Amino acid sequence: MFKKLAIGAAFAIALAPAAVSAAGGGEQHIEDFDFSFEGPFGAYDQNQLQRGLQIYTEVCAACHGLKYVPLRDLTALGYSEEEVIAYAAGSFEVFDPELDDFRPARPTDHFPANDAVGAPDLSLMAKARAGFHGPYGLGINQLVKGMGGAEYIASLLDGYTGKEKEEAGTILYENTAFPGGWISMGPPLSDEQVEFADGHENTVEAMSQDVAAFLMWAAEPKMMDRKASGFVGVLFLTIMSVLLYLVNKRLWAPVKGKKSV
Amino acid sequence: MSGIPHDHYEPKTNGEKWLNSRLPIVGLLYDTLMIPTPKNLNWMWIWGIVLTFCLALQIVTGIVLVMHYTPHVDLAFASVEHIMRNVNGGYMLRYLHMNGASLFFVAVYIHIFRGLFYGSYKAPREVTWIIGMLIYLMMMGTAFMGYVLPWGQMSFWGATVITGLFGAIPFVGEAIQTWLLGGPAVDNATLNRFFSLHYLLPFIIAGLVIVHIWAFHTTGNNNPTGVEVRRTSKAEAEKDTLPFWPYFVIKDLFALAVILVVFWAIVGFMPNYLGHPDNYIEANPLVTPAHIVPEWYFLPFYAILRAFTSEVWVVQFASFITGGIIDAKFFGVLAMFGAILAMALAPWLDTSTVRSGKYRPMFKWWFYLLVIDFFALMWLGAMPAEEPYATFSLIASAYWFAYFFVILPILGVIEKPDAQPETIEEDFNAHYGKADADATPAE
Repeated sequence: MFKKLAIGAAFAIALAPAAVSAAGGGEQHIEDFDFSFEGPFGAYDQNQLQRGLQIYTEVCAACHGLKYVPLRDLTALGYSEEEVIAYAAGSFEVFDPELDDFRPARPTDHFPANDAVGAPDLSLMAKARAGFHGPYGLGINQLVKGMGGAEYIASLLDGYTGKEKEEAGTILYENTAFPGGWISMGPPLSDEQVEFADGHENTVEAMSQDVAAFLMWAAEPKMMDRKASGFVGVLFLTIMSVLLYLVNKRLWAPVKGKKSV
Repeated sequence: MSGIPHDHYEPKTNGEKWLNSRLPIVGLLYDTLMIPTPKNLNWMWIWGIVLTFCLALQIVTGIVLVMHYTPHVDLAFASVEHIMRNVNGGYMLRYLHMNGASLFFVAVYIHIFRGLFYGSYKAPREVTWIIGMLIYLMMMGTAFMGYVLPWGQMSFWGATVITGLFGAIPFVGEAIQTWLLGGPAVDNATLNRFFSLHYLLPFIIAGLVIVHIWAFHTTGNNNPTGVEVRRTSKAEAEKDTLPFWPYFVIKDLFALAVILVVFWAIVGFMPNYLGHPDNYIEANPLVTPAHIVPEWYFLPFYAILRAFTSEVWVVQFASFITGGIIDAKFFGVLAMFGAILAMALAPWLDTSTVRSGKYRPMFKWWFYLLVIDFFALMWLGAMPAEEPYATFSLIASAYWFAYFFVILPILGVIEKPDAQPETIEEDFNAHYGKADADATPAE
């Protein structure tokens, strides 16, 4: 009995109390959006990432940076090298210490950092926030739904109620996803703000999810490779377990008084 | 060599004799691998191999990570991102190392509770137990310092809170804290020394592991019945035991493979589940996170640390009789280390002459309650320091101490143990039926 109890319990310890702590701010509402990259079989949707990049470039980049993400990695979004070169040069200027001046960005550069208005860098935002917690701080939601960083971002962008208030000279905007309910970032997106080449839906809700997916990619660009390693490893180790089980069974059979196989 | 009688290595060829008379290393390996092991060991005896694997995994992944990591406050966080994005397979190395720490602690907790249930700490295995506790302490130190290295928000604030504990020591606390940090606050000097020690300690742990194994190879393994192997003759010992190779090596490897399936799935599919999102924000001394929470494996002891607030009468009493030298903060620190010390003292606190919990009808229930208590403390450690959690923490902490300092000593006196099997062979045969007379163990 102890054995089963303990083995079960061991994995319960391992899995239960994680990430309990980011809870708090009870009135937060995080919508459980279905993202294509969720779960062991999930994969990034390249079209969505491309739309997200466009929204990031046209809207978010005005105030936020993405300093840990190399521009060359954009080939993972389905762009050719030429397209990445053109995008980098056309979208960003970076400071080059050798020239002691700004020049158009190249794929060897990172997305520029941007703290012009003190907005946080977004490189890791999708991993630095958790969407789901509980119940009772046990983290079970995250076991079922994932950490929910992308859900948090999408909920936040889509969570403005339209109310404003002024506090110590700053305008705060009411937001249903933000801890505490009031955020200093004004609603960044509005319907039909960004025009997609393929005419894809551009409501605030749709764009929130697109840019959240892009930021998930920015935070975890190797997610697909990691899941592939996960599958290979799990498959290999499962075969290994079966083989070792059979060896072990045969080895012990005579000792346990069973007919040897 | 003392211990269970068994065959020893005999050099046969001239070459073997030549080497053996100069360095008896083959004999040492032979004796280590062929040690007679009680044949009734159950699946709770596999965690030692899992732990050895974890240590090797952490050292190997860690050494490669060091090749790409930069221990400097301005560069550490970025260098971890460099590992995650640019280093070939770097994301797997880092996630393996990160989750490897969790596997290490899952295994060590089960290993410790195994020992507590089956009385593995009792004579003559006290030294094995004490060394094990030292390894556990070093593991906690290593894990704590390792968590600081990515230089995220939780790294920084965790380090601030934990080193602050040393500041609670009366009179010399502040000096000790400054000495540990290399300055008045957590900064570059702290990061550098933690990096240095995080690299050093695993090798000290490896040394202690060898001593740990040496100690229990001298006394022989405990086993689920707690009954000792008969050792009056080799023939008798062989009825109770089987050589470690191949029987237990294969069994342990099978168990390890199954555990690694789960481990690999976590690393591949949900590597951040056990971590904290705040650690993906670079350390910022000017912004305190809403909740500072240690990693899950520290939570039970963190709960004990926080349980003893200045409202608790024991704390007030301690403060009164020491003239205020022991305040609530220092009391909490003493309680936390005391909780670990209590485990280390188990061999001398447990008065029962029966080793295995299987034959102790009352002990069993108190032990199960201790396991529940451990999980309760773990949960409470993650909860905010407010009611009702504070009261629950106090009750759960009190039970932890009561188990070791009150229940274990009393049970040995009042409990009437169940009948134990005479020999390990008898226990084994009761499970599996008698082995065929003509079936000899595979060689």
